[in-house]
Amino acid sequence: MTRLWPLPIFLAAIGAALAAEQPPRSGLDYATPGLRAMQADDFANPGMLWVAEGEALWDKKDGMGGTSCQSCHGALSSMAGIAYPRRDPRDPSRLMNLETRIEQCRVDRMGAPPFGYESRELLALTAAIRNQARGKQSSVVEDAAAIAEGERYYRMRRGAFDLSCAQCHEERAGKHLRDETISQGQSNGFPAYRLRWQGLGSLHRRFQVCNNAVGAEPSPLGSQEYIALEWYLAWRGRSLPVETPAVRQ
Amino acid sequence: MKVLVSVPAVVRRGEAFEVKAMAMHVMENGFRRDMDGKAVPRKILNHFTCRYNGEIVLDCDWHTPISANPYMSFAVKAVDSGTLTFEWIDDDGSIERHSAPITVT
Repeated sequence: MTRLWPLPIFLAAIGAALAAEQPPRSGLDYATPGLRAMQADDFANPGMLWVAEGEALWDKKDGMGGTSCQSCHGALSSMAGIAYPRRDPRDPSRLMNLETRIEQCRVDRMGAPPFGYESRELLALTAAIRNQARGKQSSVVEDAAAIAEGERYYRMRRGAFDLSCAQCHEERAGKHLRDETISQGQSNGFPAYRLRWQGLGSLHRRFQVCNNAVGAEPSPLGSQEYIALEWYLAWRGRSLPVETPAVRQ
Repeated sequence: MKVLVSVPAVVRRGEAFEVKAMAMHVMENGFRRDMDGKAVPRKILNHFTCRYNGEIVLDCDWHTPISANPYMSFAVKAVDSGTLTFEWIDDDGSIERHSAPITVT
């Protein structure tokens, strides 16, 4: 008998491999025609209000040195090729995403107070920077350890419903949860405008919504586990074009 | 307040053209309560006006059901070259103005 039981494990492994081989599909593919039209028109996409504000913030002088982002980095368009998350060069054990990197830059380089995660200013600046890469594939730092850490979170069952991210967004993507189609949970449109939020929101805020939905304790915005998950999602959807600011239900 | 306005640069006389105007605003309706049970005070844009060379082409009162970041799209008939001006009036009395040039051929 002991020689027979590896078979189901072998089949399960094949099943997992097949499930993982679904081609990445953007959340845009699951959206209604109305939402798609709204996202496509820069004067109807409300996320562009944040992008416009972020473009102004890029040039705004602030802090003790009286410098702006532009003083060091030059034109905003030079941000098109940046890849985040990445490791903090001064402490490689710490993971940084674009939001926490902007906050660090403000405190350490500009001598300015941080905006605060999920503040309007930080969302605006993040959206404006990500928007520079719109339509292009986002670059991802190939860091096997960090990506594996994010994938571990992605596949871990959690909360009162005992569900992992993968069980909905990989195994059941395209099926329905009441009247909504379950998307693959791709991150290429964030920060995104959600009609339900009546505003722009970060990817980490979206993670918290998912955590709450399965009855799990959400992690803080900008926490290391969320950044690792963000990294894995960026790697998983690396063939998708950036859509920031996306419009979602 | 951030606003985004779209007006075509050049239009032919007598033709209708599309105008789009969107303002960044929370449009807090005053009916909600915060985590401590206290009422969140109402703060909305209560009036929107569009003028074409000084003449009103769209004038509307807005009330509490209007969504956040209100978006207007409407058609205007091209008469003369000039300016379209937009005005949003906030509950707190502040007025946001924006203008866009238009050339009629």
